[in-house]
Amino acid sequence: MTFRKCLVLAGITVFSTAGDSLLARGMKDLGNVNVSLHNLSPLLLAILNPWVTAGIVLLLTFFACYMSALSWADLTYVLPATSLGYVLVALIAHFSFHEEISPTRWLGIALIAAGVGFVAAGPSVTLDRQHRNFQDASRDAVSQEVKS
Amino acid sequence: MKDIYAWAAIGLIVLASTTGDVLLSYSMKRVGDVGELWRRRGVLAIVGRMLATPTFVLGLMAMAVAFYSLLFGLSWGNLSLVVPASASLTFVATAVAARIFLHERVGRRRWIAALLVAGGVVLMAV
Repeated sequence: MTFRKCLVLAGITVFSTAGDSLLARGMKDLGNVNVSLHNLSPLLLAILNPWVTAGIVLLLTFFACYMSALSWADLTYVLPATSLGYVLVALIAHFSFHEEISPTRWLGIALIAAGVGFVAAGPSVTLDRQHRNFQDASRDAVSQEVKS
Repeated sequence: MKDIYAWAAIGLIVLASTTGDVLLSYSMKRVGDVGELWRRRGVLAIVGRMLATPTFVLGLMAMAVAFYSLLFGLSWGNLSLVVPASASLTFVATAVAARIFLHERVGRRRWIAALLVAGGVVLMAV
Protein backbone atom coordinates (compact mmCIF):
# COMPACT_ATOMS: atom_id res chain seq x y z
CA MET A 1 0.00 0.00 0.00
CA THR A 2 1.70 3.17 -1.19
CA PHE A 3 1.20 6.63 0.27
CA ARG A 4 -0.74 7.68 -2.81
CA LYS A 5 -3.22 4.81 -2.38
CA CYS A 6 -3.73 5.75 1.27
CA LEU A 7 -4.52 9.30 0.13
CA VAL A 8 -7.12 8.01 -2.32
CA LEU A 9 -8.80 5.94 0.42
CA ALA A 10 -8.76 8.95 2.77
CA GLY A 11 -10.24 11.03 -0.06
CA ILE A 12 -13.20 8.62 -0.28
CA THR A 13 -14.02 9.20 3.38
CA VAL A 14 -13.41 12.95 3.47
CA PHE A 15 -15.01 13.99 0.17
CA SER A 16 -18.17 11.87 0.60
CA THR A 17 -18.70 13.20 4.11
CA ALA A 18 -17.99 16.84 3.22
CA GLY A 19 -20.08 16.60 0.04
CA ASP A 20 -23.07 15.14 1.88
CA SER A 21 -22.83 17.79 4.60
CA LEU A 22 -22.73 20.65 2.08
CA LEU A 23 -25.68 19.17 0.17
CA ALA A 24 -27.68 18.86 3.39
CA ARG A 25 -26.79 22.46 4.30
CA GLY A 26 -27.92 23.69 0.88
CA MET A 27 -31.17 21.73 0.93
CA LYS A 28 -31.98 23.35 4.29
CA ASP A 29 -31.87 26.76 2.56
CA LEU A 30 -34.49 25.59 0.11
CA GLY A 31 -36.85 24.80 2.95
CA ASN A 32 -39.60 22.26 2.85
CA VAL A 33 -40.41 22.11 -0.84
CA ASN A 34 -42.78 19.67 -2.40
CA VAL A 35 -40.88 17.43 -4.77
CA SER A 36 -42.81 14.85 -6.71
CA LEU A 37 -42.50 13.16 -10.07
CA HIS A 38 -44.71 15.87 -11.58
CA ASN A 39 -42.89 18.73 -9.92
CA LEU A 40 -39.15 18.28 -10.32
CA SER A 41 -38.31 21.95 -10.90
CA PRO A 42 -37.28 22.59 -7.24
CA LEU A 43 -34.62 19.88 -7.62
CA LEU A 44 -33.30 21.47 -10.82
CA LEU A 45 -33.26 24.95 -9.25
CA ALA A 46 -31.41 23.54 -6.23
CA ILE A 47 -28.24 23.36 -8.33
CA LEU A 48 -28.11 27.19 -8.32
CA ASN A 49 -27.59 27.20 -4.55
CA PRO A 50 -23.83 27.64 -3.86
CA TRP A 51 -23.84 25.07 -1.03
CA VAL A 52 -25.45 22.52 -3.33
CA THR A 53 -23.01 23.31 -6.15
CA ALA A 54 -20.02 22.90 -3.82
CA GLY A 55 -21.53 19.66 -2.46
CA ILE A 56 -21.95 18.26 -5.97
CA VAL A 57 -18.33 19.14 -6.87
CA LEU A 58 -17.07 17.36 -3.75
CA LEU A 59 -19.26 14.32 -4.44
CA LEU A 60 -17.84 14.14 -7.98
CA THR A 61 -14.35 14.21 -6.45
CA PHE A 62 -15.45 11.41 -4.12
CA PHE A 63 -16.64 9.40 -7.11
CA ALA A 64 -13.29 9.84 -8.85
CA CYS A 65 -11.45 8.60 -5.74
CA TYR A 66 -13.90 5.69 -5.38
CA MET A 67 -13.45 4.58 -8.99
CA SER A 68 -9.69 4.95 -8.71
CA ALA A 69 -9.62 2.76 -5.58
CA LEU A 70 -11.85 0.14 -7.22
CA SER A 71 -9.38 -0.08 -10.11
CA TRP A 72 -6.70 -1.53 -7.81
CA ALA A 73 -8.52 -2.92 -4.78
CA ASP A 74 -11.36 -5.31 -3.95
CA LEU A 75 -14.87 -3.94 -3.52
CA THR A 76 -15.02 -5.53 -0.06
CA TYR A 77 -11.77 -3.71 0.78
CA VAL A 78 -12.89 -0.25 -0.37
CA LEU A 79 -16.48 -0.29 0.86
CA PRO A 80 -15.76 -0.12 4.62
CA ALA A 81 -13.81 3.12 3.98
CA THR A 82 -17.07 4.78 2.94
CA SER A 83 -18.55 4.11 6.39
CA LEU A 84 -15.71 5.94 8.18
CA GLY A 85 -17.57 9.11 7.20
CA TYR A 86 -20.18 8.46 9.90
CA VAL A 87 -17.38 8.32 12.45
CA LEU A 88 -15.77 11.47 11.07
CA VAL A 89 -19.02 13.45 11.29
CA ALA A 90 -19.66 12.31 14.86
CA LEU A 91 -16.11 13.15 15.98
CA ILE A 92 -16.20 16.60 14.33
CA ALA A 93 -19.59 17.29 15.93
CA HIS A 94 -18.19 16.25 19.29
CA PHE A 95 -14.82 18.02 19.29
CA SER A 96 -15.63 21.14 17.23
CA PHE A 97 -19.27 21.76 18.10
CA HIS A 98 -19.26 20.07 21.53
CA GLU A 99 -22.29 17.94 20.76
CA GLU A 100 -23.07 15.13 23.17
CA ILE A 101 -22.48 11.61 21.85
CA SER A 102 -24.61 8.92 23.47
CA PRO A 103 -23.00 5.64 24.63
CA THR A 104 -24.76 3.73 21.83
CA ARG A 105 -23.20 6.04 19.26
CA TRP A 106 -19.76 5.61 20.82
CA LEU A 107 -20.30 1.85 20.54
CA GLY A 108 -21.29 2.34 16.89
CA ILE A 109 -18.12 4.36 16.29
CA ALA A 110 -16.05 1.60 17.89
CA LEU A 111 -17.72 -1.13 15.78
CA ILE A 112 -17.19 0.76 12.50
CA ALA A 113 -13.57 1.58 13.39
CA ALA A 114 -12.92 -2.04 14.34
CA GLY A 115 -14.51 -3.29 11.10
CA VAL A 116 -12.45 -0.93 8.96
CA GLY A 117 -9.31 -1.86 10.86
CA PHE A 118 -10.01 -5.57 10.34
CA VAL A 119 -10.21 -5.13 6.57
CA ALA A 120 -7.37 -2.62 6.26
CA ALA A 121 -4.98 -4.98 8.07
CA GLY A 122 -5.56 -7.64 5.39
CA PRO A 123 -4.61 -7.74 1.72
CA SER A 124 -6.24 -5.20 -0.62
CA VAL A 125 -6.63 -7.57 -3.57
CA THR A 126 -7.75 -11.21 -3.33
CA LEU A 127 -8.70 -11.91 -6.93
CA ASP A 128 -7.87 -15.49 -7.88
CA ARG A 129 -5.27 -16.30 -10.50
CA GLN A 130 -7.67 -16.41 -13.44
CA HIS A 131 -8.90 -12.87 -12.77
CA ARG A 132 -5.48 -11.54 -11.91
CA ASN A 133 -4.21 -12.79 -15.26
CA PHE A 134 -7.11 -11.02 -16.86
CA GLN A 135 -6.01 -7.82 -15.18
CA ASP A 136 -2.41 -8.35 -16.24
CA ALA A 137 -3.59 -8.99 -19.78
CA SER A 138 -5.39 -5.65 -19.89
CA ARG A 139 -2.29 -3.94 -18.45
CA ASP A 140 -0.12 -5.55 -21.12
CA ALA A 141 -2.55 -4.28 -23.72
CA VAL A 142 -2.01 -0.77 -22.39
CA SER A 143 1.77 -1.02 -22.52
CA GLN A 144 1.63 -2.40 -26.04
CA GLU A 145 -0.59 0.46 -27.14
CA VAL A 146 1.90 2.86 -25.61
CA LYS A 147 4.81 1.27 -27.44
CA SER A 148 3.10 1.30 -30.81
CA MET B 1 -49.25 0.48 5.00
CA LYS B 2 -46.56 3.15 4.81
CA ASP B 3 -44.20 0.70 6.53
CA ILE B 4 -44.56 -1.72 3.64
CA TYR B 5 -43.72 1.06 1.18
CA ALA B 6 -40.71 2.08 3.28
CA TRP B 7 -39.38 -1.49 3.44
CA ALA B 8 -40.03 -1.95 -0.30
CA ALA B 9 -37.97 1.19 -0.91
CA ILE B 10 -35.23 -0.14 1.41
CA GLY B 11 -35.19 -3.43 -0.51
CA LEU B 12 -34.90 -1.56 -3.80
CA ILE B 13 -32.10 0.67 -2.46
CA VAL B 14 -30.12 -2.38 -1.26
CA LEU B 15 -30.65 -4.25 -4.54
CA ALA B 16 -29.81 -1.28 -6.76
CA SER B 17 -26.76 -0.05 -4.85
CA THR B 18 -25.34 -3.58 -4.52
CA THR B 19 -25.82 -4.13 -8.25
CA GLY B 20 -24.26 -0.75 -8.96
CA ASP B 21 -21.24 -1.33 -6.72
CA VAL B 22 -20.57 -4.77 -8.21
CA LEU B 23 -20.89 -3.46 -11.79
CA LEU B 24 -18.65 -0.45 -11.09
CA SER B 25 -16.02 -2.59 -9.38
CA TYR B 26 -16.08 -5.09 -12.25
CA SER B 27 -15.73 -2.26 -14.79
CA MET B 28 -12.81 -0.61 -13.01
CA LYS B 29 -10.95 -3.93 -12.87
CA ARG B 30 -11.35 -4.09 -16.65
CA VAL B 31 -10.24 -0.50 -17.13
CA GLY B 32 -7.06 -1.30 -15.19
CA ASP B 33 -5.01 0.52 -12.57
CA VAL B 34 -6.06 4.16 -12.94
CA GLY B 35 -2.80 5.55 -11.51
CA GLU B 36 -0.76 3.66 -14.08
CA LEU B 37 -3.10 4.65 -16.93
CA TRP B 38 -2.88 8.29 -15.87
CA ARG B 39 0.93 8.31 -16.06
CA ARG B 40 0.99 6.55 -19.41
CA ARG B 41 -1.96 7.97 -21.29
CA GLY B 42 -3.43 10.92 -19.42
CA VAL B 43 -6.73 11.48 -17.70
CA LEU B 44 -8.85 11.66 -20.87
CA ALA B 45 -7.87 8.11 -21.77
CA ILE B 46 -9.22 6.94 -18.39
CA VAL B 47 -12.55 8.71 -18.87
CA GLY B 48 -12.80 7.37 -22.41
CA ARG B 49 -12.10 3.83 -21.29
CA MET B 50 -14.63 4.05 -18.46
CA LEU B 51 -17.40 5.37 -20.70
CA ALA B 52 -16.57 2.73 -23.32
CA THR B 53 -17.17 -0.02 -20.75
CA PRO B 54 -20.88 -0.92 -20.97
CA THR B 55 -20.98 -2.33 -17.43
CA PHE B 56 -19.76 1.05 -16.11
CA VAL B 57 -22.72 2.85 -17.66
CA LEU B 58 -25.09 0.16 -16.31
CA GLY B 59 -23.50 0.57 -12.88
CA LEU B 60 -24.09 4.34 -12.99
CA MET B 61 -27.73 3.72 -13.89
CA ALA B 62 -28.12 1.30 -10.97
CA MET B 63 -26.63 3.95 -8.67
CA ALA B 64 -29.13 6.49 -10.00
CA VAL B 65 -31.98 4.05 -9.29
CA ALA B 66 -30.63 3.61 -5.74
CA PHE B 67 -30.47 7.40 -5.27
CA TYR B 68 -34.04 7.99 -6.40
CA SER B 69 -35.32 5.04 -4.35
CA LEU B 70 -33.68 6.70 -1.36
CA LEU B 71 -35.49 9.98 -2.10
CA PHE B 72 -38.83 8.21 -2.35
CA GLY B 73 -38.08 5.96 0.61
CA LEU B 74 -37.43 9.06 2.70
CA SER B 75 -40.85 10.43 1.80
CA TRP B 76 -42.53 7.20 2.97
CA GLY B 77 -40.45 6.27 5.99
CA ASN B 78 -38.44 7.93 8.74
CA LEU B 79 -34.91 9.09 8.08
CA SER B 80 -33.84 7.09 11.14
CA LEU B 81 -35.25 3.87 9.65
CA VAL B 82 -34.52 4.14 5.93
CA VAL B 83 -30.90 5.37 5.97
CA PRO B 84 -29.35 2.97 8.54
CA ALA B 85 -31.42 -0.02 7.42
CA SER B 86 -30.47 0.37 3.76
CA ALA B 87 -26.82 1.24 4.51
CA SER B 88 -26.20 -1.70 6.82
CA LEU B 89 -28.03 -4.24 4.63
CA THR B 90 -26.04 -2.96 1.64
CA PHE B 91 -22.74 -3.74 3.41
CA VAL B 92 -23.73 -7.35 3.99
CA ALA B 93 -25.36 -7.80 0.56
CA THR B 94 -22.29 -6.37 -1.17
CA ALA B 95 -19.97 -8.78 0.64
CA VAL B 96 -22.13 -11.70 -0.57
CA ALA B 97 -22.36 -10.33 -4.11
CA ALA B 98 -18.62 -9.56 -4.32
CA ARG B 99 -17.90 -13.17 -3.37
CA ILE B 100 -20.34 -14.64 -5.90
CA PHE B 101 -19.95 -12.30 -8.88
CA LEU B 102 -16.49 -10.75 -8.48
CA HIS B 103 -14.83 -13.92 -7.06
CA GLU B 104 -13.28 -11.91 -4.25
CA ARG B 105 -12.05 -14.06 -1.41
CA VAL B 106 -14.23 -12.84 1.38
CA GLY B 107 -12.49 -14.55 4.26
CA ARG B 108 -13.45 -14.61 7.91
CA ARG B 109 -11.73 -11.25 8.41
CA ARG B 110 -13.94 -9.51 5.86
CA TRP B 111 -17.17 -11.21 6.98
CA ILE B 112 -16.53 -10.02 10.52
CA ALA B 113 -15.71 -6.56 9.20
CA ALA B 114 -18.92 -6.38 7.12
CA LEU B 115 -21.02 -7.38 10.14
CA LEU B 116 -19.18 -4.98 12.48
CA VAL B 117 -19.60 -2.06 10.09
CA ALA B 118 -23.26 -2.93 9.44
CA GLY B 119 -23.94 -3.11 13.18
CA GLY B 120 -22.00 0.09 13.79
CA VAL B 121 -23.99 1.99 11.17
CA VAL B 122 -27.25 0.90 12.85
CA LEU B 123 -26.01 1.98 16.29
CA MET B 124 -24.84 5.37 14.97
CA ALA B 125 -28.38 6.12 13.82
CA VAL B 126 -30.23 4.99 16.97
